[in-house]
Amino acid sequence: MHELLQQTFSGLATGAIYASLALALAMIYRATDLVNFAQGEMAMFSTYIAWTLVNAGLPFWGAFLITLAASFVGGLAIERIIIRPIENAPILAAVVVTIGLLLIFNAVAGWIYTYTLQEFPSPFPDRPVLGALMTTRDLGVIAVTLIMLVLLFVFFRFTATGLAMRAAAQNPQSARLCGIHVNRMLAIGWGLAAAIGATAGIMVAPILFLDPNMMDGVLLYAFTGALLGGIGSPVGAVVGGLIVGVTENLVGTYLIPSQLKLTVALMLIVLVLVFKPNGLFGAAIVRRV
Amino acid sequence: MSKRFAVAARERFAIRGIAELNAGAWRSLGVAVIIAAAAGLPFASSNYHVFQLTMVMIYAIALLGLNILTGYNGQISLGHGGFFAAGAYTAAILMHRYGVPYWATLPPAALICFVLGLVFGLPALRFEGPYLALVTLAMAVATPQMLKYFDTWTGGQQGITLVKPLPPAGLGIDRDRWLYFLTLATLLLAIRVAANMLHGRSGRALVAIRDHPIAAAAMGINTARYKTLAFGTSTLFTGVAGALSAMVIGFVAPESFSLFLSISFLVGSAVGGIATISGAIVGGFFIEFVPNFANDISDAAPWAIYGLAMLLFMYAMPRGVVGSLAPLLNRLLRYAAFEKTAKNSGGRLP
Repeated sequence: MHELLQQTFSGLATGAIYASLALALAMIYRATDLVNFAQGEMAMFSTYIAWTLVNAGLPFWGAFLITLAASFVGGLAIERIIIRPIENAPILAAVVVTIGLLLIFNAVAGWIYTYTLQEFPSPFPDRPVLGALMTTRDLGVIAVTLIMLVLLFVFFRFTATGLAMRAAAQNPQSARLCGIHVNRMLAIGWGLAAAIGATAGIMVAPILFLDPNMMDGVLLYAFTGALLGGIGSPVGAVVGGLIVGVTENLVGTYLIPSQLKLTVALMLIVLVLVFKPNGLFGAAIVRRV
Repeated sequence: MSKRFAVAARERFAIRGIAELNAGAWRSLGVAVIIAAAAGLPFASSNYHVFQLTMVMIYAIALLGLNILTGYNGQISLGHGGFFAAGAYTAAILMHRYGVPYWATLPPAALICFVLGLVFGLPALRFEGPYLALVTLAMAVATPQMLKYFDTWTGGQQGITLVKPLPPAGLGIDRDRWLYFLTLATLLLAIRVAANMLHGRSGRALVAIRDHPIAAAAMGINTARYKTLAFGTSTLFTGVAGALSAMVIGFVAPESFSLFLSISFLVGSAVGGIATISGAIVGGFFIEFVPNFANDISDAAPWAIYGLAMLLFMYAMPRGVVGSLAPLLNRLLRYAAFEKTAKNSGGRLP
């Protein structure tokens, strides 16, 4: 019983990381109807920026904030330069371009930082708490995710920009008629998504060690979480990410050997798409003919 | 006025008719020259080059499969590396464990991959656009893991080492060149089958489903059947290519079938022209030779070049090399034929 609880809680901590990346995916999907296959590699690259800053002697949280800002600007730039030209292109073009981005980020990171594993400092001490059910590190990860969620909620609910972004995502044409810069909102959406992804990368790096392929598996689980929650629903992404984190841990401990971890993700994705294609919180897509 | 116009139009169409015929004759001649060159090439190349050219043709067969599915039918697959692996392992296991002769492993590999494709294609009916890409991406990522795990069959991490098949006695060529011709024959057959399928009724149905699924269904096309069949045929092609690759390389191991392979296929398709048949050959050359050159620069360079190629082609040449150049070439051929006829008719232009 104790082990079951322990596995559940540590699943929640990894789930929080998946949830962050799933949230980034959902933000982009909501705004531009794109599945961003490069989200994981963008997060990985941000994490390398943080790693460089920490190694240069900056305090962890300072490096963290600078990385978020840099990622925001980077996301903005990617939307402007790379995504804008294919905005109205067929889905295939979008898939190919984001996969291309994935390869470029991976290659550039490999080029600059090599493919060796790097240790990444954790800002949280590693002590057992709650009767050894959790570690302070897990708690810290969950806390960071929650803080980020609250901030995002406040941003979207109580600021003018947040309102404009929601309008731009929901009905671009009407939003444009109301004088909202829809293009600018989409770019900000990409910037925010990049910053959220960066948080996920920085939180996962102390656990997985940093290397250019660090996010492959994480991205797959984040996709699963986003699908389970209903892709495009931010709340769904978080709930889905947490469920996937716990499921992964429990299934890996009790049912299927961990060498088949990624196969579990594949099975989850197929199951969700077959039985609940709109996810838990997603709205059914109704199309006009 | 209108009468003169009608006469001009008639002349114009008559001349165009001859021009088309000439263009067709030119094309047949071109194909014959290419096949003759392909048949002669191994006698003028080193062993290593023969091996590389064989791999080009194997990739071309695999890309042909991907083009049928993604290019003509619009179902995006990022997981064809997985089906390539299935074909390769079918051939390897049959040869290694059961002593089946190499040529007899091709039909079972084709069959198994066809069935796998059907099984995968059925749920895929419910996944549209990016979702199918996601599922197949997950499959591509999970493939090496599964291959490693079921090690009683697949030999696990070490993989399976095979003996390269012997050519039939009395032919007087070595193993590499024999495999080259076997692959060439398979490629020609594959192109023939694909062309028959795509240039007829079923091809039009596939394209209609890609361009407007609802309208296609309204016109009486059984979309579910065609989409599933497209999946099965596509994976059949790719699986046969995988089986050939196992023979040619003489070795299968999980790490050869990573995500990189699946992405290579996508790049090759995009470069050659995703909704073309001959684009598969251009794509085959691209994915065989470009990473080789790039590896000399740096370990990371092949990925970077693939990524850049994907971006560049999507922006500048979304139809790929063949998809963009073939219409141009056709026009040139027609123009040449047209000039000739115009000259014969006394330099009078309609």
